[in-house]
Amino acid sequence: MTHHQPKIDTSPKVSDEIRKTTCYMCACRCGINVHLKGGKVSYIEGNRDHPVNKGVLCAKGSAGIMQVNAPSRLRAPLKRVGPRGSGEYEEISWDEALEMATDWLAPIREKHPEKLAFFTGRDQSQSFTSLWAQSFGTPNYAAHGGFCSVNMAAAGIYTMGGAFWEFGQPDWDHTKLFMIFGVAEDHDSNPIKMGIGKIKARGAKVIGVNPIRSGYNAVADDWVGITPGTDGLFILSLVHVLIKSGKIDLDYLSRFTNAPVLLNGDETSPEFGLFLRDDDGKPLVIDRNTGKLAAFDTPGIRPDLSATHRAAGVTHRPVMHHMAERYLDPQYAPEAVAERCGITPEKIHRIAAEIARVAFDEAITLDHEWTDFRGEKHATMTGRPVSFHAMRGISAHSNGFQTCRALHVLQILLGTVEVPGGFRFKPPYPKPVSAHPKPHCKVTPGAPLDGPHLGYAQGPDDLCLAEDGSAARIDKAYTWENPMSAHGLMHMVISNAHAGDPYKIDTLFMYMANMSWNSSMNTGGVIKMLTDKDENGDYVIPRIIYSDAYSSEMVAYADLILPDTTYLERHDCISLLDRPICEADAAADAIRWPVIEPDRDVRGFQSVLCDLGARLGLPAFTNADGGQKYADYADYITSHERRPGIGPLAGFRGAAGDEAGRGAPNPDQLDRYIENGGFFVNHIPEGANYYKPWNTAYQDWAVGMGIYDAPQPYIFDLYVEPLRKFQLAAEGHGERQPPDHLRERIKATLDPLPIWYPPFEDDHVDTAEFPVHALTQRPMAMYHSWGSQNAWLRQIHGHNPLYLPTKLWEKNGFADGDWARVTSAHGEITVPVAHMAALNENTIWTWNAIGKRKGAWALSEDAPEATKGFLLNHLIHELLPPKGDGLRWSNSDPVTGQAAWFDLRVKVEKTDAPTESQPAMKPLKSPVPQGPDHLEWKVGK
Amino acid sequence: MTTLPEKTTRKLGLVIDLDTCVGCHACVVSCKGWNTENYGAALSDQNPYGADPSGTFLNRVHSYEVQPLATSTMPHPAAQLVHFPKSCLHCEDAPCVTVCPTGASYKRVEDGIVLVNETDCIGCGLCAWACPYGARELDAAEGVMKKCTLCVDRIYNENLPEVDREPACVRTCPAGARHFGDFADPESNVSKLTAERGGMDLMPEQGTKPVNQYLPPRPKDQLDQPKPVGEIDILAPFLAPVMDEPKGFLGWLDKALEKI
Repeated sequence: MTHHQPKIDTSPKVSDEIRKTTCYMCACRCGINVHLKGGKVSYIEGNRDHPVNKGVLCAKGSAGIMQVNAPSRLRAPLKRVGPRGSGEYEEISWDEALEMATDWLAPIREKHPEKLAFFTGRDQSQSFTSLWAQSFGTPNYAAHGGFCSVNMAAAGIYTMGGAFWEFGQPDWDHTKLFMIFGVAEDHDSNPIKMGIGKIKARGAKVIGVNPIRSGYNAVADDWVGITPGTDGLFILSLVHVLIKSGKIDLDYLSRFTNAPVLLNGDETSPEFGLFLRDDDGKPLVIDRNTGKLAAFDTPGIRPDLSATHRAAGVTHRPVMHHMAERYLDPQYAPEAVAERCGITPEKIHRIAAEIARVAFDEAITLDHEWTDFRGEKHATMTGRPVSFHAMRGISAHSNGFQTCRALHVLQILLGTVEVPGGFRFKPPYPKPVSAHPKPHCKVTPGAPLDGPHLGYAQGPDDLCLAEDGSAARIDKAYTWENPMSAHGLMHMVISNAHAGDPYKIDTLFMYMANMSWNSSMNTGGVIKMLTDKDENGDYVIPRIIYSDAYSSEMVAYADLILPDTTYLERHDCISLLDRPICEADAAADAIRWPVIEPDRDVRGFQSVLCDLGARLGLPAFTNADGGQKYADYADYITSHERRPGIGPLAGFRGAAGDEAGRGAPNPDQLDRYIENGGFFVNHIPEGANYYKPWNTAYQDWAVGMGIYDAPQPYIFDLYVEPLRKFQLAAEGHGERQPPDHLRERIKATLDPLPIWYPPFEDDHVDTAEFPVHALTQRPMAMYHSWGSQNAWLRQIHGHNPLYLPTKLWEKNGFADGDWARVTSAHGEITVPVAHMAALNENTIWTWNAIGKRKGAWALSEDAPEATKGFLLNHLIHELLPPKGDGLRWSNSDPVTGQAAWFDLRVKVEKTDAPTESQPAMKPLKSPVPQGPDHLEWKVGK
Repeated sequence: MTTLPEKTTRKLGLVIDLDTCVGCHACVVSCKGWNTENYGAALSDQNPYGADPSGTFLNRVHSYEVQPLATSTMPHPAAQLVHFPKSCLHCEDAPCVTVCPTGASYKRVEDGIVLVNETDCIGCGLCAWACPYGARELDAAEGVMKKCTLCVDRIYNENLPEVDREPACVRTCPAGARHFGDFADPESNVSKLTAERGGMDLMPEQGTKPVNQYLPPRPKDQLDQPKPVGEIDILAPFLAPVMDEPKGFLGWLDKALEKI
């Protein structure tokens, strides 16, 4: 054939219309352009104007089109007609469903509101759902933070008023060295990928710290294949080297942190180790100009990091002394920690040296004038261009809180927080502990709770305890077992409710949490608890209501299902009152709106709560005349006021829609968001956008936006005084006293300066018998259990072999196609294996939540997710194995209660291939029909 | 059997940066979404919710583990993982075109894009056999050969804003690892990147003269390089202790504070 070139149409019509909303294929909340043809979704791409993703979109986001047509979508409210777990349901009307829910919940509220446990999983509307729970009056509310990354969030808030991801971000435009510790690859994923791309393009360096060299670690210039659970030890070794070589930012430490604050040195005092304070309660420092005591914020002082204060025969030393004493100890020398961390001492020295070189020799200066909270004017802003990011990898351990603290303290010692090139907060952060609510748990039958459930405990007085000292909350949050459990402990709800400890509940009400599968430790055990009956033949957990958009494994265990919409069929607000989408240079929020209408009898869960709240007569959801206050969630979003002038959305407020932050509700607000592309941005003025906690210009801007009601400058807490208050209680001071069996642990682990201790599991299992660490990671192209129902995404991650490092692979003589029996102190699984060399030599891992139960997610029963896929969850228990002291210790962090998923230790043995992964559970009966056997997806014909 | 144009006016193609690609598959799915809806037949999926789901994709990401060889300076190099996105490279000497018995496969004169005219494609599969890169996939539902079009229906599309006239995979790539442009123009972004970063042909020995270029990963794990014997570690001065143990620290601290 000779060259023949047909004429083609290179300008076909793209779509009829673009509707701009917010993605929900994971938790990143990117802006999307949804293209429609004939009213159907024809293509989804990133919104170029959006502050989060600036036009890019990940695999999940682009696959949203397969989510809104997924056969797994629930179709109508369901009432259970067979036994729990059978999957036998009958479709009912919304009226019947809501009447049923009202009939169950109204009597509870009248007499024992705490008998409702309302937990909301991966909810992005927590400021709304918590209001509902508060108005109902139950103390038992939380979302999924307790089994996710509360250690990171709480350590960040207590240390410096914010952590990573929605709290802040590296200064991608200026940073020269970026160090990333264990991160689920779908957490803040587009911004991190964009940031890494940006800094690599200009030749900045990336160091990845992760036992597994995938994703971000695969592109890192240097990889630290650390042993799981030792990140804190590694970080404190870096601190040791940096202090020893004088590579810390003394000016920054003296001005902006509590390093110069004096600690009470009187060992006999009930305030031993607390701050010396003046009569106004302000922490005291010594002014280097005068040598005298002064409140930390006194204008004109130079807080002294070195001087001590002697009074009544007692020497009171500043925090800096205590830090030097602790971290210069040879126990933190690289040579002392190297073997435990799985990193050579030379490499620790070199990383410390590289951090120091970039921080101090490549410091950058921006010509931005600013004034600090002591009234001092600064002509420029100096930046130490080293930045860090970390999430679950270092967080989900029983030493996770202190490890996350250590990382925040390292950043502060380098003077690289809120400076050019370092880590920057995103509004409404920075926000110190003192600006957060405290936890509330006071129940009054028939009335709301006495305040917000979740907050930041600042001492024993803030614990949620009943008069007899038992836990006030079903999840035992804010008890001596985990006093600072800022996100609750969703992973303990079902086992505590089943055990009736601290009390029995009546109704378990959950949203978007796959607790009978990948979101629980000890999956099989949880299924038994959900289906267990008492001596009367009644379920031990009497009633379960569940809302989900899809046919997840959890659906089969509920008595009443309230089917949610998909993310393109609903209203939502990504609110500054909640987990906002701000950038370091701007406050921002966003909405979702129904860009398509549901073709099923489903309703947005939040709208259902508006209805149910009114039926129950909850004050926050009822008008004075008893009628329904908010017609639906959209109505709530526009008309609810948390404080006068402050509502769920900050943009387009006021009658004219031209007010930002503060302003009267605007009935046209959602339309204005839609016109603006689904989001709102308000930029921080230049000169106000760094040094935020201390910068008067930022503080004034934040007050104007309604973030604070008055300026709240504060200093960073290298030394966390609330931790010391719990220690003092354990030492016998104060009226509220911990039970004796917890005293030693509180003294040891609630240290006000970061420490490292081995993960608890190491102390409860025979580490010689179980020498291998086992982890899961989340891939970039899947979100929890959601991806497998997506026809495109499951072609990318439809299999999850257990990856073994070379040493284990060779030692056991594994070959491709082999299977292994993996055993922990708690359970056993038999699964397919694969070899991976770029892996810590004592670590095995698999992708999270690819394994599915047969019958769930509208997949066929022979889907590889159900036959070869598996969960590590079967190997993990919510309690640690007994160690002979007569007690069962929970498998979680002793400060926050975060589930210690990544402490898991196992042994691995080669075994004959079974027909499918073990344990294999019997199929669920699907409440939805199975999907088609082929797709030729084209909306415009 | 089908002839290639003697030369093309422009040489449009992609630069793919293997140093930056994190293997997220964003490009894979964005491509699938755009191209199932647009040029030619849909990109079908067989058994999408069943045992062996298998669909047509014009772009896939493969991951390869690389074990560098030990050297005297790196006796124990760590293994690496390289993510490798792969789609049609729009070769200058495209064997998939010359092998086509019907003329359905062709290379465009104006921009060098290799396309399949689906009305003339008989689904014989010869082109897929001839392509050394495995870049073509026969759609099981439609029975025609599918391949990367370089989003020919985007890059000139007057219904799109100018900024969006680039392939879907480039527009969506979060890490900025994909670049689109004209390799015939030495001043284009893709030509410059190729020159600066040592862009490479994929499998040059095949003689296909691929237009797409891959930027190699930068050298990794330099912190693992031990200090050469007899030489000074350039980072060493930063590690010098300024004091002995805690007591010495306070002395140093006092002196250091005086300088602030």
